[in-house]
Amino acid sequence: MHSRMATEGLRENETLASLKSEAESLKGKLEEERAKLHDVELHQVAERVEALGQFVMKTRRTLKGHGNKVLCMDWCKDKRRIVSSSQDGKVIVWDSFTTNKEHAVTMPCTWVMACAYAPSGCAIACGGLDNKCSVYPLTFEKNENMAAKKKSVAMHTNYLSACSFTNSDMQILTASGDGTCALWDVESGQLLQSFHGHGADVLCLDLAPSETGNTFVSGGCDKKAMVWDMRSGQCIQSFETHDSDINSVRYYPSGDAFASGSDDATCRLYDLRADREVAIYSKESIIFGASSVDFSLSGRLLFAGYNDYTINVWDVLKGSRVSILFGHENRVSTLRVSPDGTAFCSGSWDHTLRIWA
Amino acid sequence: MLCLQVSTAGYGKIEDIVTRMQDDKTGGVPIRTVKSFLSKIPSVVTGSDIVQWLMRNLSIEDTGEAIHLGSLIAAQGYVFPISDHVLTLKDDGTFYRFQAPYFWPSNCWEPENTDYAIYLCKRTMQNKARLELADYEAENLARLQRAFARKWEFIFMQAEAQVKIDRKKDKTERKILDSQERAFWDVHRPVPGCVNTTEMDIRKCRRMKNPQKVKKSVYGVTEESQPQSPVHMPSQPVRKTTKEDFRKQITFLNMQIERHCLKMSKVAESLIAYTEQYVEYDPFITPAEPSNPWISDDVALWDIEMSKEPSQQRVKRWGFSMDEVLKDPVGRDQFLRFLESEFSSENLRFWLAVQDLKKQPLQDVTTRVEEIWQEFLAPGAQSAINLDSHSYEKTSQNVKDPGRYTYEDAQEHIYKLMKSDSYARFLRSSAYQDLLLAKKKSLFALRSSPECVSVTSSFPCKLPEEQVLVSC
Repeated sequence: MHSRMATEGLRENETLASLKSEAESLKGKLEEERAKLHDVELHQVAERVEALGQFVMKTRRTLKGHGNKVLCMDWCKDKRRIVSSSQDGKVIVWDSFTTNKEHAVTMPCTWVMACAYAPSGCAIACGGLDNKCSVYPLTFEKNENMAAKKKSVAMHTNYLSACSFTNSDMQILTASGDGTCALWDVESGQLLQSFHGHGADVLCLDLAPSETGNTFVSGGCDKKAMVWDMRSGQCIQSFETHDSDINSVRYYPSGDAFASGSDDATCRLYDLRADREVAIYSKESIIFGASSVDFSLSGRLLFAGYNDYTINVWDVLKGSRVSILFGHENRVSTLRVSPDGTAFCSGSWDHTLRIWA
Repeated sequence: MLCLQVSTAGYGKIEDIVTRMQDDKTGGVPIRTVKSFLSKIPSVVTGSDIVQWLMRNLSIEDTGEAIHLGSLIAAQGYVFPISDHVLTLKDDGTFYRFQAPYFWPSNCWEPENTDYAIYLCKRTMQNKARLELADYEAENLARLQRAFARKWEFIFMQAEAQVKIDRKKDKTERKILDSQERAFWDVHRPVPGCVNTTEMDIRKCRRMKNPQKVKKSVYGVTEESQPQSPVHMPSQPVRKTTKEDFRKQITFLNMQIERHCLKMSKVAESLIAYTEQYVEYDPFITPAEPSNPWISDDVALWDIEMSKEPSQQRVKRWGFSMDEVLKDPVGRDQFLRFLESEFSSENLRFWLAVQDLKKQPLQDVTTRVEEIWQEFLAPGAQSAINLDSHSYEKTSQNVKDPGRYTYEDAQEHIYKLMKSDSYARFLRSSAYQDLLLAKKKSLFALRSSPECVSVTSSFPCKLPEEQVLVSC
């Protein structure tokens, strides 16, 4: 009782300055504590790991059909279908194996920056400058009118930058230029949970791969990557080592770490158990921002698309670049590895998508 | 007046390189005046000099990479070929010149069409063959003449004024400035078919521009009415950090300090172990068998995966962790049937039911919570699961306010139990071992089970892997 009263008394005496300096000193202490555990570098331990051989990765399919910059894409669980969205408002579903377009819809807004495939394969979600995330069921009717069945789910107060279904068609997680992320019930459009903490636009998110997990990571223009508890809405962990906007975040397949790609021209690996950045993937000759990243199935390779039109392939453990892929004629804006890891797809401002294997 | 809100990561690196390249004190490229027939070509460098410099100073091993980077530096407008509108870099004796810092992209140039019109008009007034308009420029000029028909007299006058100013300059200086001005327009009004490098990512736009700033003109022309930027977006109000913000930060930081973290050495071992375990399943490293469909154009791999007969490799993966069994529909099915054969499947069925609960639309949640309670937890439940009294108490309380996370604690508890008990037994079972060793025993799936029935719907609307368990 006495200590509580004493604490409340202290609260009265707290000034902005004293709180600020307390926060600063705690930051210093935290950094000290973390540094104690930093006994070795990942690439040093990885010296004993066998080096990777030479890679022959080529474009195996080129998907042409968008009339403007491709901004986002996502794979269907069937390992071959994809959905892609573009600056001109078009959203297209392709069987990328045959390169056939199977569905197409034109959104009422331009810059459709986010799109996602539902786990069932029966619907897609997308959004952008309309500040919303809408769900479109996919049918196989002859004269399908996708726009007619559109369902508005998420409402933000600024552009939609990313969206992802959880492990069900019934919930969607969104990220927005309004600085928040949110979880929505698709059927009712109800907001289930919102996530506040970023100090600027949130540009990307990724759900943890665990069967039991309820967490996701987001990256933003505040240079922070934040890990969230979906149940409570609380930020569990936060990482701030990039020098500029974080454009992409993706979990390492075990779920214990995640990679990020940033406008500072680097990609980084953060481990959740060490609560720290554990690797940085950069080169003097890479001076343009990394727009999107994804891991190969084993987590050994990190594929990163850049604003210099290239894709760099990194050895995650050793920290070295194993390959550089040319082909796109403008910025690579989006990149995802297929569900079974047999290929990855890149989308670009050159209006095309490429499948690489 | 320079734009103050430039994102430093945007241009800092490239401008640093371009500055170093021109610095002869620190081993920059050799910039010189070249004699040519009747005249001199001032201040040029060859393409191969640039390529060599990039390779040496940025540790680039491959010429192709250096050419690609050099072409991007050119496309952005920092260096340009003196005899071409197309901004690309060639690894040969082609001559290039550096752009004047005045014209650098970091100055946030957004030149209006009036400026471009003045420029093209001015070009037609000059009698030099080398300054003749290219076809696309002539087309642009014609289009602008139509668009600005009413104020063409004004534009013409501005152009004349510019020509007058230019004539006063030294001949060599004029050559250089003319080419730099042309390169500026090659960036902002590129040759058709070339990438327009001034296009911006709309998400980053509003932080690059100051909407209040008057757009500056290349030729000092002040516009009567400033058109509204087509990309006008309200910028985020910058909130000052409040006491509450700091308190939250302090709570968060204290929580982080309390967190038990692993040493880097342990983390490194764990990451390495994971990749080593999965490397044989990674098609980019271990070629897929029978083939990678994307490379061979043969979907045999996918057909095999869709069949009910799992490969040894797939069965082996179930042994890596319980998550692997639960993730794979065939594995899940095998696990369930094994437990049914031992009449101990209630834990797994409870776990699956709770997973399913979390996938329901909001309106169905309350009903499902009740159903799960009745089947697994209520006194006398048909498939009673074994929870410790503490978890049971907590869950009974949760059920009074049903939600998607009502059974979260119970599920976690059951998950741990399954991992140490049911899962371990499954891996030791003959059913699993036979599959692992690919013995020709019929799978559990072929025997009809009186308990749970799995229903598979056919693709494309529902993937074969989506199994709906009809609860008993």
